[in-house]
Amino acid sequence: MDFVTLLQVLDSTVRLATPLLLACLAGLFSERAGIFDIGLEGKMLAAAFFSAAIAYMSGNVWLGLLAGIGASMALSLLHGLASIQFRGNQLISGVAINFLAAGITVLVAEDWFSQGGRTPSLQGAARFDPIMLPFAETLQSVPVLGPIYYELISGHSILVYIAFAMVPLTWWVLFRTRFGLRLRAVGENPAAVDTAGVSVIGLRYAAVMICGVLCGIAGAYLATSLQAGFVKDMSAGRGFIALAALIFAKWRPWHALGTCLLFGLFQVVELRPDVIETMLGVKVQVQFLSALPYILTVVILAGFVGKAIPPRAGGEPYVKER
Amino acid sequence: MEKMPHWADIVLIPLISLLLAAFLSALVILAIGENPWTAFKLMVDGALMRSAGWGYTLYYATNFMFTGLAVSVAFHARMFNIGGEGQAMLGGLGVAYICLFIPWPHWSLALLGASVGAAAFGAFWALIPAYLQAKRGSHIVITTIMFNFIAAAVLNYILVNVLRPPRSMDPATAKFPEATHLPTFRDMFSTAENIMFRGAPANVTFFLAIAACVLVWYLIWRTRLGYEIRAFGFSESGAKYAGISPVRITIIAMVISGALAGMMSVNTTMGESERLILNSTEGAGFIGIAVALMGRNHPFGVFLAAILFGFLYQGGAELALWTDIPRELIVVIQALVILFTGALDNMVRMPLEKLFMALRKGDA
Repeated sequence: MDFVTLLQVLDSTVRLATPLLLACLAGLFSERAGIFDIGLEGKMLAAAFFSAAIAYMSGNVWLGLLAGIGASMALSLLHGLASIQFRGNQLISGVAINFLAAGITVLVAEDWFSQGGRTPSLQGAARFDPIMLPFAETLQSVPVLGPIYYELISGHSILVYIAFAMVPLTWWVLFRTRFGLRLRAVGENPAAVDTAGVSVIGLRYAAVMICGVLCGIAGAYLATSLQAGFVKDMSAGRGFIALAALIFAKWRPWHALGTCLLFGLFQVVELRPDVIETMLGVKVQVQFLSALPYILTVVILAGFVGKAIPPRAGGEPYVKER
Repeated sequence: MEKMPHWADIVLIPLISLLLAAFLSALVILAIGENPWTAFKLMVDGALMRSAGWGYTLYYATNFMFTGLAVSVAFHARMFNIGGEGQAMLGGLGVAYICLFIPWPHWSLALLGASVGAAAFGAFWALIPAYLQAKRGSHIVITTIMFNFIAAAVLNYILVNVLRPPRSMDPATAKFPEATHLPTFRDMFSTAENIMFRGAPANVTFFLAIAACVLVWYLIWRTRLGYEIRAFGFSESGAKYAGISPVRITIIAMVISGALAGMMSVNTTMGESERLILNSTEGAGFIGIAVALMGRNHPFGVFLAAILFGFLYQGGAELALWTDIPRELIVVIQALVILFTGALDNMVRMPLEKLFMALRKGDA
């Protein structure tokens, strides 16, 4: 395999890893605060539709992004209401949110655009354009580093850079701020946080809403950047791959970055099995590649390689002692 | 003392949840510019007023009974089996192998064989997550979600590379032999002058599903194993103290659950398409969650809820045919039912409990 193909593969990896990374960090905030979220998929899907729809109607992709984030946060609020306020089952609530998003997006898309559950394709200012970083053109002739800078680092949409910037930011918020410490504590031992006079409910809502914002960006990226418009079920299981990545990364932000890049690479190779064939000389089954993130997650969850231990109070509603 | 009478718990709460879901769905229909009342009448007309409509309603209901029972058996042991979809896919594979490679003399024997095959394959697919939960402590919900995706990949691989007949482009098996074709309701109930259930896919598997409801009821409430499953679900530490092995109950409950989910594909694969296709489950594994919640984990409740969802599915198809309302409306209704009967249960329950307490005080 030549250098150019390698760069292309890595470039696509970055593109496909971006929605996974955003959703994975979204889940990280929620689950670190003790709220399981299997509704990442649904939130992404709702955000994808509403961002594409509003971007198309207003011609402004930033308004679209806001609408996407809003839709995703509305579902987050629902999840918070069910799992924090009414102390319901967080997993069941997540399942409901996934179905709600799958149904409502198509229903509204049919009503607004009558194009079989999709939005019209987005053009011009209704999409996020690739950003050329400074000097990318001029430095292109520099051997090795020039093409890397031009092909791989430059030329992505703003959301990709936001996603990658979210990794250190998430790490900093969770591990270097008072809010982060409390948020992690609420996922491990909410009673202790309560005793310290900090609101468990407030913290958990905050975490769930941050999760909504990040899922919203992830969904908007799918519909306004990776592709030009919304199609039915376009999240295509990415929310669950992100969930798998979150477990694989053992709920840590930097590891989440690595895992999402790895799972992104799997998706690229799944689309282009010829790359592996020329590189390793073996034929890989695409079905095997598509199942690989899930198989890896099952293996790591079973503790055969390392041990993934979720936040201790995860999944349990907090009942204040009387 | 109980906070409210038992009948309110099993009848009133699901009913209110259902009404809430129906009310919100009506708002959704209004919002997309259709009339909810005419939509409802269309659904009733299409699903319940003709025998062919019933034929579809009961066909869907058969699927949902199996998957609903599957979810509820796991619920009794306080486990959330979200993997019914994957277990049903594998069950389909079991049906296909049994029907294609064994020369059956008669459909009744083939039905027996295919049921065993479907149950065994489905149970196998639930056994691995169950084992990992019981022995390695990995969360059953996450593993069963992962196993759904792995099942889809396995099925895709086998249909494309192994079972697809040569020179066929379709990722599906060959047609099953004539002898394995199950009698449909039309074959069973039509007379020479009066043809019933014309073109509808409901078949003899429906009765198998009813038998499964009765058997699950017997198992859960009339056997020692069922008692152990319920005790384990009620309190794990209590069950342990009583000498019930958590590992054993986890694995047995999940295996039963997986077997039930797998048997769904006898209906779809053997009864309807008569070959294994890629998307034969059509999300029925997930509808089982709504059915189990709605039916309060009781087989009779599951039976009723399955028929309700069968009606919604057939009615939804009619709506998509005659109006501009897409089939996805049913997915929304399903989501609302799961939301209200599952996640927001306390929202309905708390005010009701207060009401009953107030009433009781008034009496005293």
